[in-house]
Amino acid sequence: MTDPPSKDKKDFVTGVDSNARKSPRRVVFVTRRTSAQVKAVDEDQVQTFPEVLFRALVAIEVLSILLVWIALLFNAPLEGVADPSHTPNPAKAPWYFLGLQEMLHYFPPVVAGVLVPTLVIIALIVIPYFNINIEAEGLFLQDRQSRLRICYVVAVAMSLFLTYFHVYVALVPTLIVIAFMLLAAQSSPQSASPFRRYLAAQPLSYWIMTWFLFELVVLTVVGTFFRGPGWSWVWPWRN
Amino acid sequence: MAKTAAEYFENLRESRVWRSIFRSGTGTSTLHRSLAIQQNIFLHLFSTKVRRRMLNFSATWYLGTLTFGTFVILVVTGILLMLYYHPSVPQAYADTKDLQFVVSSGLFLRNLDRWSAHAMVLLVFAHMFKVFYRGAYRPPREFNWVIGVVLLLLTLLLSYTGYLLPWDQLAFWAITVGSNIASAVPLLGNKIHFLLLGGNLVNANALLRFYVLHCMILPLAAFFFIGIHFWRIRKDGGLYTQQSEPAAVRPQPVGKEAQ
Repeated sequence: MTDPPSKDKKDFVTGVDSNARKSPRRVVFVTRRTSAQVKAVDEDQVQTFPEVLFRALVAIEVLSILLVWIALLFNAPLEGVADPSHTPNPAKAPWYFLGLQEMLHYFPPVVAGVLVPTLVIIALIVIPYFNINIEAEGLFLQDRQSRLRICYVVAVAMSLFLTYFHVYVALVPTLIVIAFMLLAAQSSPQSASPFRRYLAAQPLSYWIMTWFLFELVVLTVVGTFFRGPGWSWVWPWRN
Repeated sequence: MAKTAAEYFENLRESRVWRSIFRSGTGTSTLHRSLAIQQNIFLHLFSTKVRRRMLNFSATWYLGTLTFGTFVILVVTGILLMLYYHPSVPQAYADTKDLQFVVSSGLFLRNLDRWSAHAMVLLVFAHMFKVFYRGAYRPPREFNWVIGVVLLLLTLLLSYTGYLLPWDQLAFWAITVGSNIASAVPLLGNKIHFLLLGGNLVNANALLRFYVLHCMILPLAAFFFIGIHFWRIRKDGGLYTQQSEPAAVRPQPVGKEAQ
């Protein structure tokens, strides 16, 4: 609703929605004290049938063709019959659990296998229930000094913790994300470069999720390709 | 003059039998296109209209659609594989070998099931991160996000239970490593481990349990939650648009103000 200039003596605003093809003519009469707003979605829409369904079908079709090609070209692995008396070295879980298995290498099972996954799932579930994630304002746009201080404390604590347990694999992504956070703290919506404007606008949840994604990818890749007998470090391109 | 294929199809759609199956009737008017969605038990989960900008590839990358696509492929290939598979030791391994070398297209079916399963896990993760970075978990979509997390776990469990079925060394030890993590749960760990495997070790009981979970319980649960997930998209106001708050409509000046 447009706000009439303050000098205006009237105590109300009027309006009309005159798109007769879409809706009956509506007259709005709002006193300023009630401050009601007429909200309306006036967006170009398409029919689900056939336009959206057709596109969805094409998308699935393309994916199917791709997967059929992969299935024709690459055979699914099949080793010898299961033998409980003969343990392969290393014995690896399915690839999407190798991040977990990599953590089991450093931490006791109750931490890496139970506590961390449970916390991750709880953290994922509660994301939409926190107002800070709904408002999603740039982390360092308010209380910059104190937030920067907390950021430093968390960064040092996590680095010490990961170094103490020799988890250098997880330390590297942590340090990279922290470096970008510090860059974000030095940026503002007025920064010259678009990238720094982008960083400045990112909320806390963005940083946590990006760190999680980064760790997930790095730990999974390391567990999949860089671990050999006895979970020792190997370079995948050697032998 | 010969009829075109489109005309034959139109005639078919106007036939009494077709009309008895599809309640919405023929026609290309907006009303009939809306009815085609509304009057169909499966399609009525979706809204009849979608904002045009949500069709852009950049808006969703079609990740949810593609994830559903892999699920459909997995159901079809999975059912076909079940026809040739006995969940018993050591017959399971022999059946997998037969699929590989004896059954017509058995190798192709197994490959497609395996690679589609990997693709589904990847796509579910990608879908989750895409939704997060767009901020599409915002109210009123909170609960659909939670259902999405449930579907992520179901996908992981589906893939994990399927991993054991070939009963080869890879399967056996992957499940042994994975299930040992369950033992680490405080107090109940060993009980959960025993419940999952039907014993203290991965054996014939574990294979049967994983088979039932993989082919029956988890797919049904997935169907159930996918249904709610789709339906909630419509109930929560369609696909999330970046500026979700619709701008206040500027009223047209009326009367004297117009001048």
